[in-house]
Amino acid sequence: MSDGDVLVANHVLDYPYARSVGPVLGAFFTALSEGRIVGVEGSDGAVIVPPTEYDPLTGEDVGELRDVGPGGVVTAWSWQVAPGRKHHLDHPFAWALVRLDGATTAMLHVVDAGDPGAMATGMRVTARFRPPAERRGHVLDLEAFVPEPDGGGR
Amino acid sequence: MSGAEAGTQPVTVLETPIHLDYVFTPGIAQSIFLRGLARGVFLGQRCPTCGKVYIPSRGSCPVDGVATDEVVELPDTGIVTTYCVVNVPFAGQAVEIPYTCAQVLLDGANISFMGLIQEVPADQVRMGMRVEAVWVPPDELGPSLASVKYFRPTGEPDALYESYEEYL
Ligand SMILES: [Zn+2]
Repeated sequence: MSDGDVLVANHVLDYPYARSVGPVLGAFFTALSEGRIVGVEGSDGAVIVPPTEYDPLTGEDVGELRDVGPGGVVTAWSWQVAPGRKHHLDHPFAWALVRLDGATTAMLHVVDAGDPGAMATGMRVTARFRPPAERRGHVLDLEAFVPEPDGGGR
Repeated sequence: MSGAEAGTQPVTVLETPIHLDYVFTPGIAQSIFLRGLARGVFLGQRCPTCGKVYIPSRGSCPVDGVATDEVVELPDTGIVTTYCVVNVPFAGQAVEIPYTCAQVLLDGANISFMGLIQEVPADQVRMGMRVEAVWVPPDELGPSLASVKYFRPTGEPDALYESYEEYL
């Protein structure tokens, strides 16, 4: 049998799926829809962003919500040379861990920096939200982080 | 909790659809099976060592570990070995509930595969029931199990349990 005898087909797998977010993540997504970022305070005083539903040290309910950002520091990053079809930006960008001002942990998001030369660990960035009418209570209501003007990049 | 004064609706549900585009190749043996479906026939493969007939064949015998090169045409008839009645609606459902999904063991085959049972009320489907394939019209045949519209009872007497118990 030659390879030409083997069939090939394009398949698509689609699942509609909706999850109930609960009170903690619900507060996080609600805040994003309002152009804010919140974390939660853990039992050791750490501010965890995005919020966890339970204290990572004790397993107890987490404490108070805390507003963080919108500015922060890039703690690690890598460059997406060509965006994939499902990425929300249509041009190259950085994946980055951003530790927001007031937060103890860093969250994964993207930095719309234009050029990898504009990226540096330790650089300051700030949140760019979508216009209010386009927000839908989703992590991409925060469209991207962008370098702060004079933010300590190379 | 800060921010409630902003007047937006609290977010309680997040839509997270899963979408996967991929290229599937069934391999040589299943390509034979699928091409058979496009002609309206069931093509299996026989193991040269133990003589068992697999449909759809994976190209080798899982017992003997040898290639199954001999192609065997099987009839449209077989039996229901086991089945389940679907009463639960779900997104994308193509058939009206309740309906019956069955493992169908074609005559001459040594393995069953899943098929839809129609033209009989769901509560009358039973183990050992004789069924036959109903194919889509010739111009709708394709290399897919969608070529088999469903299986329906033939009206013949049920098969004896002993005749299919090793396939359960
Ligand atoms: Zn064998």
